[in-house]
Amino acid sequence: MTARWSWFNITSVVLGFAFLYLPIVLLVIFSFNESRLVTVWAGFSTKWYGALFQNKGILDAAWVTVRVALISATVATVLGTLAAVTLVRHTRFRGRTLFTGMVYAPLVMPEVITGLSLLLLFVSINFARGFWTVTLAHITFSLCFVAVVVQSRLVSFDRSLEEAAQDLGCTPFQAFVKVTLPVIFPAVISGWMLAFTLSLDDLVIASFTSGPGATTLPMKIYSQVRLGVTPEINAVCTILIAIVTTGVIIATILNKRRAMLDGRPAGS
Amino acid sequence: MLRAATDRLVILIPYVWLLFFFLLPFLIVLRIALSDLEYGSPPYAPQFSLAEGWDAILDKVGQFDFENFVFLAGDSLYINSYLSSLKIAFVSTVLTLLIGFPLAYGMARAPDGLRPVLLMLVILPFWTSFLIRVYAWIGILKQEGLLNQFLLWLGVISAPLEILSTNKAVYIGIVYSYLPFMVLPIYSTLEKMDESLVEAARDLGCTRIGAFWKVTARLAVPGIMAGCLLVFIPAVGEFVIPDLLGGSGTLMIGKTLWIEFFNNSDWTVASAIAIILLVVLVVPIVLFQNAQARSAEAGR
Repeated sequence: MTARWSWFNITSVVLGFAFLYLPIVLLVIFSFNESRLVTVWAGFSTKWYGALFQNKGILDAAWVTVRVALISATVATVLGTLAAVTLVRHTRFRGRTLFTGMVYAPLVMPEVITGLSLLLLFVSINFARGFWTVTLAHITFSLCFVAVVVQSRLVSFDRSLEEAAQDLGCTPFQAFVKVTLPVIFPAVISGWMLAFTLSLDDLVIASFTSGPGATTLPMKIYSQVRLGVTPEINAVCTILIAIVTTGVIIATILNKRRAMLDGRPAGS
Repeated sequence: MLRAATDRLVILIPYVWLLFFFLLPFLIVLRIALSDLEYGSPPYAPQFSLAEGWDAILDKVGQFDFENFVFLAGDSLYINSYLSSLKIAFVSTVLTLLIGFPLAYGMARAPDGLRPVLLMLVILPFWTSFLIRVYAWIGILKQEGLLNQFLLWLGVISAPLEILSTNKAVYIGIVYSYLPFMVLPIYSTLEKMDESLVEAARDLGCTRIGAFWKVTARLAVPGIMAGCLLVFIPAVGEFVIPDLLGGSGTLMIGKTLWIEFFNNSDWTVASAIAIILLVVLVVPIVLFQNAQARSAEAGR
């Protein structure tokens, strides 16, 4: 579309972004509020950040969350990449329709159903609930997101490059690792990041599949919010927002630089 | 030979994983939905066990009792939960479209250099925690919250509005949380659109609005469809938003399932609710897949 930016367009974009960002900005501002009341500004203070780092419950939950997210994102990326290879390259095998369905279905499945069904699985096989059940649940739903992200990149990959590598003496596996993987790597990385943030973010599925001693940060935030708002939660949220924003910005810059080195426009 | 073995492994590993962690759990939910409630741990009595062998299982299939489903059908709470979820999801989807379309349209018409930045700004909140974004609205919407303070200060209202703990807050929460899901597909269809088609329509005598309606809106239909379903489907089963922003009068099926499961420990009824919810969602999911297949074909 050619750029003809009317006042109407500018207004709708500005209003849209104001709506998207105002709540987040207000949350960050009020995390530096001196007052315990969330809506009354009583001067700048970082005391809630101090209080946060004294709060063992929150710190423990954060540590559980990060470990779950690291393990589940990594495993989900491996499985999701394999699933993407299957979706793109193995167009004919028995049960492919079922496989495709199982990859796409979790993307639109309500979280309460996914959570409930996984919990009932763990109960049925008598698997003790805790850290590992949450991790397994997170691997399962995020592998589907990774598969979709990697698939979109793999579709446009020129397979003759891999064949050339094989003609030059590579085994199919070597050709995949040396030729295909570097090309689809940006998608694999963004798949990993997506899986990581989905896991960090998840409340519902973790609540169903978690057991004693494995409270994740969203579960902790959720229970605190229900008990009554504590300003420390604003501080936790601000830190999470800062981490995610920094991560996304770094990823974008790296992607741009890579694209520039390769001499092609970003995102192609 | 080695190649075939590797290929088989590539297929088999994710396949077996999904069979075990995705399909099998659903069969278990179905089985428990057909079981009797029991006071114990776990709180249900299975109608059959795999240990009895296939013959015994097949024998019992004929005698399944659907008492949990009958119970759901007989209690207006559950029916109202489903209906109210569908209504809330529908209204929120329409509102999201009304806000999302102009935003996507404006973005698609932005200068070339600005568009990637705007695109990233739409995606960024999606990377930020869902729970945090819902939580942020509590401070804005409550009685002494920022919105009421602002409106009182402006003099638009004389007494604080009651928004939090009503369905209005749920609408705001859903529209806000799912806005990027609406904007992204619409933006991608509008961005690809050929502007000369609109010019041609104008040359042929269309008014500005006529050309927009007859060309731009029509061409954006696949994006609108995808966006609406991406908002509608998860909104139906939403739990966090009605729980944190809604009140006791807000009935949504995801919340009802959660309460049955965690507060009432009624696993059999929770499973039956899940099965029906799944059936209710199958229609839009099938529509969604068809729409995706169609847009994939059109894109080629």
